[in-house]
Amino acid sequence: MTETDTTLLPPERPDAALMLQMYESMVLIRRFEERAAEEYMKGHIGGFLHLAIGEEAAVVGSISALRPDDPITSTYREHGQALARGSDPKRVMAELFGRSTGICGGLGGSMHLMDVERHFYGGYGIVGGSIPLAVGLGFAISYREGDSVAMAMFGDGATNQGVLAESMNMAALWKLPVIFFVLNNHYGMGTAIDRASADTDLFKRAEAHGMPAKQLDGMSVLAVYRGVLEAARLAREERQPSMIEARAYRYRGHSMSDPDTTRADEEKERWEARDPLVTFERVLYGEGTLTAETAEAVRASVETQVEEAVAFADESPPVPEADLARHVYAHPWSEDPRGSAVVPR
Amino acid sequence: MSTKAASAPAASPGAAKPVSYREALTQAMREEMQRDPSVFLMGEDVGRYEGAFKVTRGLLREFGERRVVDTPISEAGFVGLGIGAAMAGLRPIVELMTVNFSIVAMDQIVNNAAKVRYMFGGQVACPLVVRMPGGAGHQLAAQHSHSLEAWFAHIPGLKVAAPATPFDAKGLLKAAIRDDDPVIFLESEGLYAKKGPVGGPDELVPFGRAAARRAGSDCTIVAISRMVWITLSAAEELAKEGIECEVIDPRTLRPLDIETLAASVRRTSRAVIVEEGWPECGVGANLAARLYEECFDDLDAPIARVSSADVPMPYAKNLEMAALPQPADVVAAVRRTLGAR
Ligand SMILES: Cc1ncc(C[n+]2csc(CCOP(=O)(O)OP(=O)(O)O)c2C)c(N)n1
Ligand SMILES: [Mg+2]
Repeated sequence: MTETDTTLLPPERPDAALMLQMYESMVLIRRFEERAAEEYMKGHIGGFLHLAIGEEAAVVGSISALRPDDPITSTYREHGQALARGSDPKRVMAELFGRSTGICGGLGGSMHLMDVERHFYGGYGIVGGSIPLAVGLGFAISYREGDSVAMAMFGDGATNQGVLAESMNMAALWKLPVIFFVLNNHYGMGTAIDRASADTDLFKRAEAHGMPAKQLDGMSVLAVYRGVLEAARLAREERQPSMIEARAYRYRGHSMSDPDTTRADEEKERWEARDPLVTFERVLYGEGTLTAETAEAVRASVETQVEEAVAFADESPPVPEADLARHVYAHPWSEDPRGSAVVPR
Repeated sequence: MSTKAASAPAASPGAAKPVSYREALTQAMREEMQRDPSVFLMGEDVGRYEGAFKVTRGLLREFGERRVVDTPISEAGFVGLGIGAAMAGLRPIVELMTVNFSIVAMDQIVNNAAKVRYMFGGQVACPLVVRMPGGAGHQLAAQHSHSLEAWFAHIPGLKVAAPATPFDAKGLLKAAIRDDDPVIFLESEGLYAKKGPVGGPDELVPFGRAAARRAGSDCTIVAISRMVWITLSAAEELAKEGIECEVIDPRTLRPLDIETLAASVRRTSRAVIVEEGWPECGVGANLAARLYEECFDDLDAPIARVSSADVPMPYAKNLEMAALPQPADVVAAVRRTLGAR
């Protein structure tokens, strides 16, 4: 585990209230995903289900360091992003169930959550595909002379798509307020990072674009928080895009359909020993921010939220079939529910 | 049936037990890699992980890392690399994890693979196979449910195969690997577990030969890839009412065996085309145009098309079912066609 370049990190620590909020968010994400896995096994959730269990510190630490109006993009592994941004767990679960009450009306599913009100600009399924969208969101901020910051969140695997280099160059060239946040969980599906990347220090990709970058312990929510806080300051105040590499691990297989046979147990255990929730709990206990009582209250509240989310999803109505073509265009030119290309029948 | 319609050849005597479409593909690659040392396989998770759909199971063990290469997630890069290696005389089989990711590599496929022979006046060949599974039906939503047959079939310089059976999966893939031109090999996710007989090591299925999957004299149904099976169950349904459909599987879209398709339509005077892609500018649109040109005077009714709905694929199961062609849609299309009698 390397933690390079922590010297430049600002000393800021979130205040006690924010620390507790971050803790609760991490617990919520963990439990939400564990429950989602159960519902998937029961056949209530279809398609792919990618869990970020083990990656909660990277998700929550980064998002907590941003303002709520800083737009973010993500991948298909994005339940945590939505929840960390404050999306209603009920509507997120309903989306996983493919119901009309889902956050995208049941059209997107687990891989394609979006909550535009909360400036979460979506989870995308094509590896690397969402990175330039964040650059576009940054461009729009710059264009309107706003002071928010866009953050692209993507995996280690995505760094080998050409579009990342294209995106970083444009952001640097035009001084756009963008953070390139790579959540390095050391695997792209079954392929370990050292079998896919010639240089596994992913943050070094920024150097070629004259961009500052940091490699952080992605199992530590505070390390991630501080790193992203500084990146956000750079972007907001100096129009300086930068890159953050957070090193973490996903405990489960790539998705629910991955038998996960290529990763060594010993490796999994090594990472799980540094579990982000347990580590953070220890810090909070040490500081007196968390007591056994508050921890219990957090867990109980999360349990209720998650159970309510499942019940809500389960009781929600299906998506009306008449909606099949509803959102294809702003102004559809055909009333045919099978789409705008009307085939004589 | 026209003589050219090589209806699925009977399994060779003593042929082994039925194998899955997946295993048929593995056999084709294994046999061709054994036969020709210039054949190698490259793609995401094709080696240690043995393929996202386990089509490359056992190949790394047998052929080693020199010939079974795990790539980074860099589709434009490694498809382009495959083209370069093919120009240098190797015979790459490049696996794209799914058809959806070919979109990232489309520039390499369309601007390079399809063009190098022609624009350099025949100086180089591009004996490349790009394999990829496509299709919907697993609630994978808008970005992971594409059927892009029409995109590839549009491009002069490419050959396009879309096998529906284990026999064709094996025979066409072997033919594709031996072909001197770039082949886009479209597998169907929904068919990997489908079992059937396959041919032996030297049985190739030639490109440009359609196969009759069912005989009938009331209506011709042309069906592509997985839609062959949807269509066959629709045909059984219709047979109960005494409507006998002839089901034709083109097997390759480029080259296209228009003669076999037209011969069937001339006999039945009616045609329905079933595809999983979208209706606008799709395979069905093209086949309908070709059939009108070939046998307009023989038709007793307008050609009907069955396709996916003209929408991105929705996630919700009920909407996905509504968007995808179902046997009932084929039945309805055939009835419509006959109603115009
Ligand atoms: C362009 C593209 N190629 C392949 C895939 C199939 N695929 C889905 S996720 C994945 C691994 C991505 O790894 P990484 O970027 O590290 O993200 P992680 O899944 O680890 O969060 C692959 C190969 C895809 N979705 N898009
Ligand atoms: Mg990864």
